[in-house]
Amino acid sequence: MNAALVAQALVSGLLIGFVFALIAAGLTLIFGVMEIVNFAHGEFLMLSMYLSYFLHASLGWDPIAALPVNAVALFALGVIVYYALIRRVLRAPMLAQVFATFGLGVFLQNAAQFLWRPDFRTLGDTWVTGRLSLAGVYFSGPQLAAAAGAVLTTGGLWWLLSRTEIGRALLATAEDRQAASLMGINPDRMFALAWGLGAACVGVAGALLSTFYYVFPQVGGVFALIAFVAVALGGFGSVVGAFAGGVLIGVVESLAGVFVAPAVKNLFVFAIYLVVVLVRPRGLVGKQ
Amino acid sequence: MSRRVALALAVLAASLVSPRARAAPPTEVVIGAVYPLSGNLAKVGNDIKDAIELAAELVNDDVDLPVPLGKGKGLPNLGGARLRVVFADHQSSPEKGLSEAERLISQEKVVALMGSYNSNVTATASQAAERLKTPFLNADSTSPLLTARGFRWFFRTTPTDDEFSENFFKFLGEMKKRGKAIKNVALFYENTLFGTDVSKFEKKYAQQYGYPVVADVAYDAKSTNLNAEIQRLKASSPDVLLQASYTNDAILSTKTMKELDFRPQAILAMDAGHVSSEYVPSLGKDAEGVLSREVWALGLGAKKPIVRQVNELFRKKTQAARGQAIDMDGTSARAFVGLLVLADAINRAGSADAEKIRGALESTDLKGDALIMPWQGVKFDPKTHQNTLGGGILVQIQDGKYVVVYPFDLAAAEVRWPLPAWGK
Repeated sequence: MNAALVAQALVSGLLIGFVFALIAAGLTLIFGVMEIVNFAHGEFLMLSMYLSYFLHASLGWDPIAALPVNAVALFALGVIVYYALIRRVLRAPMLAQVFATFGLGVFLQNAAQFLWRPDFRTLGDTWVTGRLSLAGVYFSGPQLAAAAGAVLTTGGLWWLLSRTEIGRALLATAEDRQAASLMGINPDRMFALAWGLGAACVGVAGALLSTFYYVFPQVGGVFALIAFVAVALGGFGSVVGAFAGGVLIGVVESLAGVFVAPAVKNLFVFAIYLVVVLVRPRGLVGKQ
Repeated sequence: MSRRVALALAVLAASLVSPRARAAPPTEVVIGAVYPLSGNLAKVGNDIKDAIELAAELVNDDVDLPVPLGKGKGLPNLGGARLRVVFADHQSSPEKGLSEAERLISQEKVVALMGSYNSNVTATASQAAERLKTPFLNADSTSPLLTARGFRWFFRTTPTDDEFSENFFKFLGEMKKRGKAIKNVALFYENTLFGTDVSKFEKKYAQQYGYPVVADVAYDAKSTNLNAEIQRLKASSPDVLLQASYTNDAILSTKTMKELDFRPQAILAMDAGHVSSEYVPSLGKDAEGVLSREVWALGLGAKKPIVRQVNELFRKKTQAARGQAIDMDGTSARAFVGLLVLADAINRAGSADAEKIRGALESTDLKGDALIMPWQGVKFDPKTHQNTLGGGILVQIQDGKYVVVYPFDLAAAEVRWPLPAWGK
């Protein structure tokens, strides 16, 4: 066990953790504003990755260059899903809301399998291939770019929520939708905005992931599970909490994998999750 | 619907008593075959069916091919009796396999059985054969447990997972003789039944052949990343990596190895993901140099012309039967050879008597050059009835193609060793 190994484990964990954080941020935003869990979150990610793949395969657009396209496309998807589906179950029992988003996820996954077959696809050379070496520690180019993009996007989301008029309107709606509407805020539009922003987060994450992860119809499930844990770990509805949760998962997973045994790396993640849920059910930075 | 089935049965019955069938030679020998002909393994099952039928045709007709019983019509020692194969569908279900085997033996009066691809179905179907004292030839189930049961009526031609693992170490021994410095190995495998089973055999043979295992890393095939796993492997700096992976994780692990600059002298993969049709297209030149075990390859035809000839016949057969020309693969090739081994034994027995056929199987001694397999031949262990002359091959990804590189006498190209540096 030497310093380079520890550093490498930390770096690898941080890089992937930032991406987990971004996916979790989108999920927690939607929940925070309207208390609906989007079980189709992973499938949104999958669609974004396919978008990157097809833009690259047919038009030769690099996923990083086409990132705004993914963000806008997924924003639109989020808004459409809100108006077409979510608004109809807004006052329905929670179970109906769960089934609505869960069903949407199953539908999207099977539609993808039908349209694009269950093959694994990977993008060829992108702008960010290769790696950097710094004192014996390797920084994979695609993961470095993904981590940077994820930090910037999550930071941007936090800034939007806490420092702008529209963000305050969103938070106000989350706090008390009746009071907000009395203040002249249209809750319906705020909910649509939350869905748009939440989906845009995975839109960006999907584009970043597609530079190094393969694309297949079930890819969403792999990341969605971690996003749910990150959200619960950090505290439901808190972007800062989701960020902390995502990074924590990435680092714990990496360190446990290198220094204990790879087979148990997720055991540690879920053990921490259980401890947090038992000792501090509102999450690390969640409000009561 | 039932009327249509009745109609189909009537047509079938009529065809059985048609003049053509009545004109068939007076004696025929019936063999039963239990395979997954419907369900999710239907493609494999039907490949096997076509391969077995092709083999039976070569026995029944006078063909100029150096396969056992190719020359002359039918089985000479039984007065030219023809072989007829009756197929039954087990749908990958062990219970169905058992009941179909019983039905073939008691109702169709088959003299011997073949089957059944899925190791777990082979286990039950061969139990029925054991109980009803009927020879059972297995050509395609690789679970070592099957022959460990020591059945009296069960014979297996294909090598097992155990032998495939040992083959890796024999290969490493050969490379050492060629001056490569190989001192240790690391194991890297997915953590379900496939990977963990393989790792057990690899550990056993690593010890037996004197290679210390410097890292033993199991991983979850559905992982989001394999950074920690590859770091552990890298930290142990093994000379050779033995890997068992499915498709997505094979791709992800190779990418991660590149990112973390982990490069042993060689990677020996246990087929599956590393020989899937997506591995090379996904990775391009990063896939170069990876070695994998295989049971068979069309490339064997470079050294054994008979492989190409049989494959041509198989393509014609599948084109006629299913409207699509299909190349042979490891499974259909083994089934093809399986029937020939059985036919050879029945012929030497000179009788349709079960005990005589069993005795003839026990004294089977076929040479490798008459077979389309990379084997030295077929000869059964007197106790376990496992073929002792079987063997696997190693293929290497060279310029984007899988090329046979081991055993050396069957190789189409030289082994490229060590692996090229990343990006070279």
